[in-house]
Amino acid sequence: MSVITLNVNGQDVAVPAGASLLEATRAAEANVPTLCHLEGLTPVSSCRLCLVEVEGSTKLLPACSTAAAEGMVVHTHTPRLREYRRMTVELFFAEGNHVCAVCVANTHCELQDMAVTVGMDHSRFPYQYPQRPVDATHPQFTLDHNRCILCTRCVRVCDEIEGAHVWDIGSRGGHCHIVAGLDEPWGQVQACTSCGKCVDVCPTGALFRNSDTTAEKQPNTTLPALLRTAREQRRWHNQ
Amino acid sequence: MSVPPQLRCCDASGCRSAGGQALRTALEGARDAAGLDAEALTIKPVGCLRLCGSGPLVACDGPGPSQLFGGVEPEQAGALIAASLATSHPCGSGDALAAHRLDLEDPFFALQQPVVLEGCGQVNPESIDDAIAFGTYAQLHRVLQELTPEQVRDEVRRSGLRGRGGAGYPTGLKWDTVALQPPGPRYVVCNADEGDPGAFMDRSVLESDPHRLIEGMAIAAYAVGAERGFVYVRAEYPLAIERLRLALQQARSRHLLGNHIDGTSFNLRLEVRVGAGAYVCGEETALLLSIQGQRGMPQPRPPFPAQSGLWGAPTLINNVETFTAVPAILRQGGDWYGAIGTEHSKGTKVFALSGAVVNTGLVEVPMGTPLRTVVEVIGGGVPDGSPIKAVQTGGPSGGCIPAERLDTPVDYESLLELGSMMGSGGMVVMGESTSMPEVARHFMGFSVNESCGKCVPCRAGTVQLAQLLDRFVERRATAADMERLDALCQMVKVTSLCGLGQSAPNPVLSTLRWFRHEYEAACREPAACVAAGGVER
Repeated sequence: MSVITLNVNGQDVAVPAGASLLEATRAAEANVPTLCHLEGLTPVSSCRLCLVEVEGSTKLLPACSTAAAEGMVVHTHTPRLREYRRMTVELFFAEGNHVCAVCVANTHCELQDMAVTVGMDHSRFPYQYPQRPVDATHPQFTLDHNRCILCTRCVRVCDEIEGAHVWDIGSRGGHCHIVAGLDEPWGQVQACTSCGKCVDVCPTGALFRNSDTTAEKQPNTTLPALLRTAREQRRWHNQ
Repeated sequence: MSVPPQLRCCDASGCRSAGGQALRTALEGARDAAGLDAEALTIKPVGCLRLCGSGPLVACDGPGPSQLFGGVEPEQAGALIAASLATSHPCGSGDALAAHRLDLEDPFFALQQPVVLEGCGQVNPESIDDAIAFGTYAQLHRVLQELTPEQVRDEVRRSGLRGRGGAGYPTGLKWDTVALQPPGPRYVVCNADEGDPGAFMDRSVLESDPHRLIEGMAIAAYAVGAERGFVYVRAEYPLAIERLRLALQQARSRHLLGNHIDGTSFNLRLEVRVGAGAYVCGEETALLLSIQGQRGMPQPRPPFPAQSGLWGAPTLINNVETFTAVPAILRQGGDWYGAIGTEHSKGTKVFALSGAVVNTGLVEVPMGTPLRTVVEVIGGGVPDGSPIKAVQTGGPSGGCIPAERLDTPVDYESLLELGSMMGSGGMVVMGESTSMPEVARHFMGFSVNESCGKCVPCRAGTVQLAQLLDRFVERRATAADMERLDALCQMVKVTSLCGLGQSAPNPVLSTLRWFRHEYEAACREPAACVAAGGVER
C-alpha cells in the first residue's frame, strides 16, 4: 500500500494513498468539524463546516470530498475558517426551529455540540421561524421537519446501505425538505423497511423513535461504516 | 447573376412577439396581390436580425443595396413589397416607409463583427437546404474527410477560444482533457440552459441557426471521440426547442447524424433534453445529473465532467456560443480567430443588450471592445439622452460596472477585476434613476428563489442577505447591518459549494464597491453608516 505524506497545521502526517483530506486531518488530530459527513456514506460536502485552507489553492476545499495529495500544506483552524464555521452554524440555527429544551435529541445532538465547538452562544442572524410540518404517520418513527438541517444522511443511508431509497429532497432553496417516497406520508411508503437506519444516523432530533421523549434519543452513527466494511471487506464487527 | 429579390422576415421570439408572423402573412398576401410569385420575390422567415427592440424586422435584398425595416405594420406590406422591388431608395415625402427604415450604416450594425451570428438573419432556421447552401456542414465534411481529431483540437487550441458560458475556461484544453481520457465511451453536451436575466443570445442562435450548433457539436464529438451527445435546453424556450428538434431530424435524414456520417466510421447520436425550470441546472454538474434523470444539484468538483461526467464517462460540456464559433474557426483557421480580440480573450462575443438603452438587441463585437463603445455608440445610450449610471453584466453572478469605468475593454479578466464577470453575455444598461440597493435586492431575490438548497451558505445565507437588503431598500438599516452585509457576502462567496452560490453575492459586492454611498444614504442614520466602513476601491 502506497503512502502519501502531507502537512496539517505544521504537523507532518502519513496517510494511505486515496485517503481523503478529512482522514489526513484526523491523523493529525486536527478536529475538523463535520455535520453532513458520516463514515460509510458518500460525502456530499453540503454543510461546508469541514472547509480547510490548502496552500496553493485559491479556494477553500471541503476536507470530506477532497483527496489528500503528496506534499499538501493544510490549515484547518485559521481565524477566517473559525469565523465562517461559526456563521455557518448560526445560519443552521436561524433557518430552522431548533428548541433544545423540548427536543428528543437534547444532549445527544450533533448540531447542539457543533454550536459549542464553534463557540456559538447566539445567532447574529434573525431567526426565520419557518412553518414546517411534522410527519407522524409511520408506526414506529416520526419526522419533525422543524429540526431538519438537510444533511441528507437519511437519504444516503437508505439509498446506499439499506437499498430502499425511501428518502429524497423536495423543493428548492429555503423551501427544501426531506420527502418520503413520492412525497407521501412516511407511513404510506411501502418501500420503507422500518429498519431505523435513518433515525440512527440523523444528527439532530428530526428523525426519532416514537418511544423517545425529551433528551432520550440515542443515535448510533457508526452503523453505516460497520455495515459497509462488513459487506465490502467481509469483516464483521465481532471478528 | 440573377438572384431574385428577397424579403427576410425575422421569425425569432422577439419579432414574433412584436407581430412578425402577421406581417409575413400580410407580405405574402401583398405579393400575390401584386401578381408576383415566389420566383420573382422570395419571402423567407429567418432568424434574428439583431435590433430586437424595433421588431418586427424585415430585411430587403432587392436590386439596390440591402435595406432593413423595423416596426412595420401589416397594413404597410404593400409599400414594403414595392420598396423591395425598387432599384433605388425613394427619398423625401414619397417614402412611405421613411419612419421604419433602419440605417444599416448606424454603428449598431456597422461596428458588429458577426462570427457566431453570421448565419442569423440569413438562413431559414427551418430549412436544412438553406443552411447547406449557406455553407453549414461544409466544415464537418472537411473535418471528417481531411483532418484527424488531433488536428481539429490543435486548430481550436490555436484559436484561443475560451468557454462562452461565463467562466472562460480554454476550450482547446477542455477538449484535450476529454480526448486524452482512457479509452471508453464519451459524451458531448451543449449547455443551452441560458437562465441569466437579461441574456438571450443562446436563444437567438438556437432559433436562428440551429444547424450551425449541430455542426459545431458534431465537430467537437469527432475531436474528442464521442458518439453520443445532448443539447440541454431550458423549457422556457419552446421555439428554440421546436427548431432544434426539427433541425436534428433533418440532419438525421441527410445522414449528417447517425451512423457512418459522410461515409466515414464516425457515428453520432444527438438528442434534446428539456430542463424543468431550475436555474441551477445551468451549472454543469447539476445539468449532467438532470440529463441522467436525477435532481439537478451541483456536485463537488473534482472530479470534473471532463474526467467523469454522464454515467461516469468523460463528458465535454460547452455553451451554445462556444460550439457555434467552432465551424468558423475551422473554416478560417485558428490563427484568424486568434487575431481577433485581446491577448487573453480571443475572438468575438455576443452580447444581449437591454435595459435603459436606445438599441435593444444582439451585438457581436470583438473581445476587448470598450464597454462604452458597446453601450453608448452601438447601444445608443439612454433613450432620454441622460448619462448612463452603470452597466450590469453577468446576470445574478455578475455585477454593476459604474459609468466612470466604461472605458474598460470587455474581456474576461477586466470584468473580473471590476467585480463583475463576463457571464453568458447579458448586458443591462441602467440610467440615473436606478437605485443600486434595489438592483442588488432584485438579484438576491433571484438567487433565493433559484438556490438548489444543497449547501447552507447559499440556501440560508441568500435568504439572510435578501432580508438585510430589504432593510436598505426600506431605509431602516443600521451601521451593524452594513457590517453584517459585508461579512455575510464574503462568507457566502467563499464557502458555497458551486459557482452559483459563490457568485450570488457579486451583485451586492460590486454595488457596495462602486455605489457604497447609496447604501450609506439608505441607512436610518446615514452618518453612522459612513463611519462604519471605509470605501474600498
